[in-house]
Amino acid sequence: MSLRRRAAILSGRAAGWASRATGRGAGTQVSGRVMLAVDPDLLGVVGARDRVVTVSATNGKTTTTRLLCDALRHAGLPVVTNHTGANMASGIAAALAAPHEPSVAVLEVDERWLTHVVGPLDPEVLVFGNLSRDQLDRFGEVHAIVDRWRAITEATPDRHVVANASDPHVVHAAEPSRRVTWVALGIPWRQDATTCPRCDALLEWPDGGFRCAACGFAEPPADFRLEEDVLVVGSRRIPLDLAIPGTWNRMNAALAATVAEAHFGVDAQAAVAGMAAVEVVSGRFALHRLPDGRAARVVLAKNPAGWTEVLRWLADRDTGVVLAVNAHIADGRDPSWLYDVPFELLRGRPVVASGERALDVAVRLHYGDVTCTVEPDPLTAARGVGGTEVHIVASYTQFTHLTKEFW
Amino acid sequence: MTSALRIALVFPDLLGTYGDRGNALVLEHRARARGIDASILEVAAGSPLPDSCDIYLLGGGEDAPQVAASEGLRASRAALTRALDGGAALLAVCAGFQLIGHHYAAAGGRSMEGLALVDLHTVPGPDRLIGEVLVEPEPTTGLPAITGFENHGGRTHLGPEERPLGRVLRGGGNGDGTDGVLHGGIVGTYLHGPVLPRNPALADHLLAHVVGSALEPLAEAVVDRYRAERLSFATLTGSARRRAERRLHRG
Repeated sequence: MSLRRRAAILSGRAAGWASRATGRGAGTQVSGRVMLAVDPDLLGVVGARDRVVTVSATNGKTTTTRLLCDALRHAGLPVVTNHTGANMASGIAAALAAPHEPSVAVLEVDERWLTHVVGPLDPEVLVFGNLSRDQLDRFGEVHAIVDRWRAITEATPDRHVVANASDPHVVHAAEPSRRVTWVALGIPWRQDATTCPRCDALLEWPDGGFRCAACGFAEPPADFRLEEDVLVVGSRRIPLDLAIPGTWNRMNAALAATVAEAHFGVDAQAAVAGMAAVEVVSGRFALHRLPDGRAARVVLAKNPAGWTEVLRWLADRDTGVVLAVNAHIADGRDPSWLYDVPFELLRGRPVVASGERALDVAVRLHYGDVTCTVEPDPLTAARGVGGTEVHIVASYTQFTHLTKEFW
Repeated sequence: MTSALRIALVFPDLLGTYGDRGNALVLEHRARARGIDASILEVAAGSPLPDSCDIYLLGGGEDAPQVAASEGLRASRAALTRALDGGAALLAVCAGFQLIGHHYAAAGGRSMEGLALVDLHTVPGPDRLIGEVLVEPEPTTGLPAITGFENHGGRTHLGPEERPLGRVLRGGGNGDGTDGVLHGGIVGTYLHGPVLPRNPALADHLLAHVVGSALEPLAEAVVDRYRAERLSFATLTGSARRRAERRLHRG
C-alpha cells in the first residue's frame, strides 16, 4: 500500500476519532471525507478486497441492508457494512477502510450516489428495490434517477442484478443487464408509475402487474415472488416470520432473501431464519416506555410511499397516533405531499398533529375529517394522546431528533 | 343551487405530483360548509372530460406525465370550453397552468402544444425556481395575500390582454415579477402547497364564480391559524426568518 494511501486511511481515522471524542457525531462521514480528500482513488482499492453488494431504493434500503447482513452472517459468511445514513462515497470509504478480513461488503448506497460509486467499487451484484417521489424540491423527478441506474446496467451488462419486477422504474433500469434475478415484491405506491418509462404512453395494470400497450414493456416473469407474508420460490413457500412490523418490511426481507439465495447460494429459508431476530434497525421500530407504562414505537416515514404504507398498517391497530412532521431540507421543504397520503385511514383514532409543521398536518387532517389536537413537541404529544399503545410517525429530521433524545 | 356542485379532479394520476388532490378536498369542504351539496369526480388519465362539471382542477406533474396529460386534454378541449362558456371555473396549477397556454417547454426544451385557453406561453428558464412564494393578488379580486410553494423550471409570458393573478413579493412565479393568470373563470398559478388549503379565500373566489354570488364568511380556527403562520413566515426576511427557523427547530 502506498504511503499516500496509508496516510489517507490514518488521517481519516484520526478525524473520525476527533469527531467522536468531541461529541460531534459518529465520525463516519468526516472520517471517509478526509480519506477521500487525501486519496480520491481509495474507494476502488479498499473495495477490491471484498465481495461487494450494493443495496439501493427510495424506501427500505437501510432495513434491507441490515436484513441481508444478518442473513449472510447467520450462514457463516464474514460481513462488513456501512453505518446507517453513511450511504454516500465518504461513508462507504470509511466502512471499507476499517480493518477486516476479506468479507462480503453489504453496502447501502444512496440511489443518487450509485453511479458515482459503482465504477471504483465494481460490485458483484446490484440490488434495486423501488423508486418513487422523494423530496422533489431537493432531488427532482424520479425518471432522472432511473436513467442514471439504467446507464450502469447498459455499461456493464454482465453484472448480476437483483431487482423488483413489480416496479416499472426498476425494471427499466435493470433490463439491459443479461443477468437479472427478478423478485416480484408488489408495488403498493403506483402514483409515480403512471407512464411507461420506455415510451411515455400510459401504463396499464390489468391484473396487478404493469403492461404498456404501445411498446410491449411489461412486468417480467419472476423466479421469486412475495405473496402476502410468504416468499414463493418455485414450489417452496417460505413464511416471513419477522420481529419487525409492516408489509413494507416483508418486502425488504423478501428482497434480502432473494439476494442471499440467488447470488450467495444461501438457502432462502435459512436466510429468513437469520433475519427473524432483527427487532430494531438504527432506531427504526424501537419500542419505548411512556411514563404511564404504555408502549410507544417510533416509525420513520420519509416520503408519500412510506407514509402510505405506515398508515395502512396503523389502520388495523388500536393505537394513539402522533404525526410529527418537519420541513427541513432532509424532510423536503414542501409539505404538499401530505395530501398525497391517505390520512383518512386514521378516522376515529386519537391523533395529535405534531412537529414544526404541526399546523400543516392539522389542516390536512381537518380536510380529511380526522379529528386531532395540535402539540408541536412529539414527546409531550405522545404522553397526552389516548390509546392502549402509541405510535409516533416521524419525518426524517423529527425521527433523528427523537432517536437521539428519546427519554 | 338546486343540483350538486361537481368538482372534476382532472387526471390525478398524471397531474397530481404536488398533493393537488388537496385543492379538491378544500373546495368540497367549503361548499358543504355553506350548505351547498358538492362531490369530487376523478377523471382518470385516458378518459374523456365531461362538460357537466362546475370546477375543473389541473395540477402539477412531471415532464412525461405532463405531455401525456396534454394529449388527453386536447382531445377533450371542446368539452372543457363548453363548460367554461357555461360558467364553470378552472384552477390550473404549475404543469396544469402551463398546459392552458399556447405552448410550453417539455423535457430537453422541446416546445409542446397546449390547450390555448388563455393567451400565454411558457419557455424554459435558466434555473429551477424552488421555495416559498408570497403573492399580492390583483386588487380587483379583493383577495388577501396568497402563499404557496413553487418548484418549476418554466418562465411564463402572458399576452398583452391577460392579467396575472398578482404581483410576486417573494419567490419567482411567472419569472417577471408576476404570478399566474386570471381570465374569466380561469385561475392559473405556480403555487402549490397545495394552494387552496393555504388560501381559503382563493377557494371561495372559485366557488363564488360558480355559484354566482359571494359566499358567507367561514371561519375555521385551525385553518385561520395555519394561514396566519404561513403568512408571517413568508413575510419574514433574512435574519428574522433564520431566527424563526431556529426557534421552530427548538420546538
